Amino acid sequence: MTREEIDNNGDDMMIDDPNPKIENEFNVHYLRIYYGNLFPYSDIHKWLSYGHDGKHPGCDEYYFGRREFSFTLENDVYLRYKSFKNASAMEDAIKSNFPYKIDIGAVYSVDPDKRHAYAHSGTNLFTPVERELVFDIDITDYDDVRYCCSGADVCTKCWPLMTVAIKVIDTSLREDFGFKYILWVFSGRRGVHCWVCDAKARRLTNEQRSAVAEYFRVYKGNENNAKKVDLMGHSLHPFLARSYVDFLKNFFEGELQTNQSIFSSKEKYEKILGMITDEDIQSDLRGKWENSARSSLSEEATSLLRWEQLKKTLQSKKNKAPSLRTCIEEIVFTFTYPRIDLEVSKQMNHLLKAPFCVHPKTGRVCVPIDPNNCDEFDPLAVPTLSQLIEEINAGGLSMDVDDDSDKSLLGKSIKYFRSSFLEPLLKSCKEEIESSYKTKIGKSKDTFSW
Amino acid sequence: MEVIRSQKRTVSNDIVSTPTLPLYLTAPPMEVRLEEFELFAIDRLRVLKGVSDGLARGRNPNEMDDLVDTLWKEHMRLPDVSEMINKDIISHFVLRLVYCRSDELKKWFLSMETALFRHRFRIKKIEEQRAIVGEFGLPYKAVIGAELESLKERLVLVARSLCQTSSDVENIYYKVPFEEVPDLVATRRVLLQKGYAFVAGSQLVSLVVTQFRSHLSKALILTNRKWTTTIREREKDRLTPIVEALSTSYLGPDYTQSSEYADISLKDIDQVSKSSFPLCMRHLFEKLREDHHLKHGGRMQLGLFLKGVGLKLDDALAFWREEFTKKVGSERFDKEYAYAIRHNYGKEGKRTDYTPYACSKIITSAPGAGDHHGCPYRHFSEDNLKAALSRMGLSSRGMEDVMDKVRNRHYQLACTLTFEAVYGTSCDTGINHPNQYFEESQKILKSKNPTAPV
Repeated sequence: MTREEIDNNGDDMMIDDPNPKIENEFNVHYLRIYYGNLFPYSDIHKWLSYGHDGKHPGCDEYYFGRREFSFTLENDVYLRYKSFKNASAMEDAIKSNFPYKIDIGAVYSVDPDKRHAYAHSGTNLFTPVERELVFDIDITDYDDVRYCCSGADVCTKCWPLMTVAIKVIDTSLREDFGFKYILWVFSGRRGVHCWVCDAKARRLTNEQRSAVAEYFRVYKGNENNAKKVDLMGHSLHPFLARSYVDFLKNFFEGELQTNQSIFSSKEKYEKILGMITDEDIQSDLRGKWENSARSSLSEEATSLLRWEQLKKTLQSKKNKAPSLRTCIEEIVFTFTYPRIDLEVSKQMNHLLKAPFCVHPKTGRVCVPIDPNNCDEFDPLAVPTLSQLIEEINAGGLSMDVDDDSDKSLLGKSIKYFRSSFLEPLLKSCKEEIESSYKTKIGKSKDTFSW
Repeated sequence: MEVIRSQKRTVSNDIVSTPTLPLYLTAPPMEVRLEEFELFAIDRLRVLKGVSDGLARGRNPNEMDDLVDTLWKEHMRLPDVSEMINKDIISHFVLRLVYCRSDELKKWFLSMETALFRHRFRIKKIEEQRAIVGEFGLPYKAVIGAELESLKERLVLVARSLCQTSSDVENIYYKVPFEEVPDLVATRRVLLQKGYAFVAGSQLVSLVVTQFRSHLSKALILTNRKWTTTIREREKDRLTPIVEALSTSYLGPDYTQSSEYADISLKDIDQVSKSSFPLCMRHLFEKLREDHHLKHGGRMQLGLFLKGVGLKLDDALAFWREEFTKKVGSERFDKEYAYAIRHNYGKEGKRTDYTPYACSKIITSAPGAGDHHGCPYRHFSEDNLKAALSRMGLSSRGMEDVMDKVRNRHYQLACTLTFEAVYGTSCDTGINHPNQYFEESQKILKSKNPTAPV
């Protein structure tokens, strides 16, 4: 991690300076202000307590305390197995450490702090018992199909790959798996995280998580193979077919062509020709395209035209070999289908960055993304630390994150988190606690009022 | 179960009503002769070892069905059917005692018994299979009427996506929570809707095997508890010595400790990589030298292999440091990568001395963007694989034989053929571990030229 020294003329009380020198997006002073005033401690605590707030006899008051957190501090010092009894303990710890990154782990069988007391030979009594089903999608995994950026960069031309990934995965999580309480979060720089918080999801075993991740897996590529997507079979599985028809096909033929023009140069189209298993068809198309190299059409129009030619050729020749029948879909999937990081999803003890953290390299806050409006999300418009600080300085208002009418930059995100995610989730958690308590005591009483 | 010394055994009436494929849910009340206690267990162990061998050689499911059938008839058959069932049950429960005693033993036993069960189940007729599903008390109902109609079109799509023709599309589907059939979900072999999987009659195997495995896993934990608290002490003059002797020498070498042939030093490593590494490790090694970096999967696969080959921790740290510092710098190496290397050698964290990956694990791994691990015979395109093989010195004829195996998905046989072509010798046992390839190769090279470094 590179860190730039900020020159603030030795002035630590930037918040009082009417003309602050906001020079860099991220630094430890801004971070202190952020964690001092803006981070939504009680919302995070409410979320991770899943209704165990101690107000109902069926609550497990130690539930929150068994959750693992980890802090990454300023000098890359990494502190694992941190746990907190309650919200204020968590708040105190964050305010005394000002971590550069906060990760959330699993809920364990015992308090992570006390795990050594339970170390046994042979049998391990310190094990994860609950953990959200999580996914991590990073745009660097798409570097072989985006031509505008590479590596850590992201722009409005390639971000739509993330948007379509959200749509495909979110739809499937709800329609195929029946999950309801799903939180999508911007990772702060170049990707998205997904937290599936249903009780059923939290109790999945590693094997079951692996199964869900593999269900979503289509792309099997790296530089060692030319054909990265292999859709065998006489037809697509209904999940893939729905994704193709509802999202991928239109995205490929529309926004992707506009932004990336994937056929417009020889280098670009050779990559696609390599996915066609028939040499004759390859040379046929190659010939056509080499000859038309100096046409007067724009890059985008050329690209679209060549795509049409490719489709037509493949359609007419599809009965030549079984592998050609799904070739068109394979090309579309290669460029557009979500590429999740399988390892993140498969294990309960995997740690994942907490929402509302700040990314150290961009200074942007890891805000939630509304899957129903993800087309509108712009990663380059996400509030940065310096913007938030400036807002505080300029407004002179008291920042009240508990005020629902708060129209500040961060307030919008927190409001969305609360109303669209947290409230419905907590309602269902409380219902579950109540009903399992009732079952436990085997009495039929009137419901406890909250 | 009661172990006795008498000549005659009283058979419980329960045995007769048990189906031919027992589920081992509870130990039935019966008496076992002491001799049978050990002999039955040994015979079953021969079967399990055969299963383990078959899996290590990458046999496909149909081949495993045949193998299991053969093994069972060879070691477990008795003239009387009820006697055969007794032997089946007794041997299973004895082995539970033997293999409950550590995590590693449990893991092996669980995998092999599950595989054994799976393949014995697969060869049963469908009516017998349904009866077994019923035995487990699984509450799954068949999907009928309007619900079935609404799903029909998509069920057909699923069948077609698995290359099944319309006539194969079945009549009976069970509605099952998706959690209970993870392997069917992972391979997209079922339709999913709102958290339920629609499992075809022919896919019952998956359901039952998951239940079997889950039940046995819990049972082993309980057995272990009973063993350590009461049985071991109580039986110390009778059964305990037998139990303790049974578990040794039945697991193949795991290469955690390297053998005498392997003790490579850093200065020889480049040469050794060209002369003795299997293709998967050679590729990783070359990429590491070329890119001065490997992603996590590659670091694990190559790192553990080198450990098995005899690279000491200090040399390993120096080796990885030499490469990585060319790209990320020495400070970052110390912070981000050195810890993981020490972890692999059991010097950090929970101090497990990790085992180098066998072929079966490498073949089933999933290399993604930027990765170079995995099995080249499986994960490379034909062109890339041929190029790599020609760099290993294979002739075009030899290459054709290898590619033929690859096309039939016999990746380990392909690697074995490569070995045979490179060293001009036959390898009857077949390659099932990269460290095995290395050791065999070193044996051959040293025998040809005892003094020269290889």
